[in-house]
Amino acid sequence: MDLIKAVEQSQLKGDFDYIEIGDRVNVHLRITEGARERIQIFEGTVIARKGTGLSETITVRRVSYGVGVERVFPLHSPKIAEVEVLRKGKVRRAKLYYLRGRVGKRTRVKERLVSKKED
Amino acid sequence: MAKFMLGRKAGMTQLFDEDGISIPVTVIACGPLKVIQNKTVEKDGYVATRVGYENYKKASRPHNGQFSKVEVAPMRYIREFTADEGVEYEAGQEVNVADMFSEGDFVDISGVSKGKGFQGSIKRHGMSRGPMAHGSKYHRSSGSMGSSATPGKVFKGKKLPGQMGNERVTVQNLKVVQVDGERHILVVRGSVPGPKRGLLEIKTSVKGK
Repeated sequence: MDLIKAVEQSQLKGDFDYIEIGDRVNVHLRITEGARERIQIFEGTVIARKGTGLSETITVRRVSYGVGVERVFPLHSPKIAEVEVLRKGKVRRAKLYYLRGRVGKRTRVKERLVSKKED
Repeated sequence: MAKFMLGRKAGMTQLFDEDGISIPVTVIACGPLKVIQNKTVEKDGYVATRVGYENYKKASRPHNGQFSKVEVAPMRYIREFTADEGVEYEAGQEVNVADMFSEGDFVDISGVSKGKGFQGSIKRHGMSRGPMAHGSKYHRSSGSMGSSATPGKVFKGKKLPGQMGNERVTVQNLKVVQVDGERHILVVRGSVPGPKRGLLEIKTSVKGK
């Protein structure tokens, strides 16, 4: 097991503990078009988090033009430039799959107000 | 070039390649090996290298004797690999992964596959089954054994239920992704036979590019 961690170590990007389930996030993606590289932003709610080490992923859900879109991002992928937390969510579950069946205002997640101490 | 190595499977994980695409990899704890004997055309009729892997305290006296000759501490596994003519290793010489393979090489890896026990022909050979209901009475059995009076026998090699797994399996053309000589790690793309901690023989690919 230690050998596997040693191999993964070289590509790990560090801790992603600051991302929690229910958070609204901006995922900055590196998109290569020919020789040019630009950053695309995907905004949505973190509804699931899976895996450990290098294979850790988050599932981000958003509703665009009335259609639910979910994308799974490998957190340590070099294609992901940054994950920015816009607002913390107040949820009681580890997987927010119940959001899939909801439309409109009911898709909102309550905000958890973070005090300065907790920060 | 005939290169070789012995190791134990540490497990699988994934890594990102230069395009940012994740690839499945197997991590192998490799070597270091000690050369015990060089076989030569004059003496043995063919060229080969005999090597030992992993320290072994409980070696029997006959096992021990093979090492005391070259003054190497007894090792658990002894394997022989074909060598190129002219390439000589010194007896007692230590062989490291980094001496043998480098990134981008292609290797063949052999090991003993996980034992599955006595299995039916569906799992073992991928045969199809009959309907499970509606009075079919033909569920998972092997079906026809062949023709009737001609040839009047079941051909040898007919796929039937039996022991599955726990046999030597070789996977060819695995690409070396990473080599770490200091920590004795070899990382290859794809899967290799056997359980974690299973012994593996690694050689330069026969069909190599």
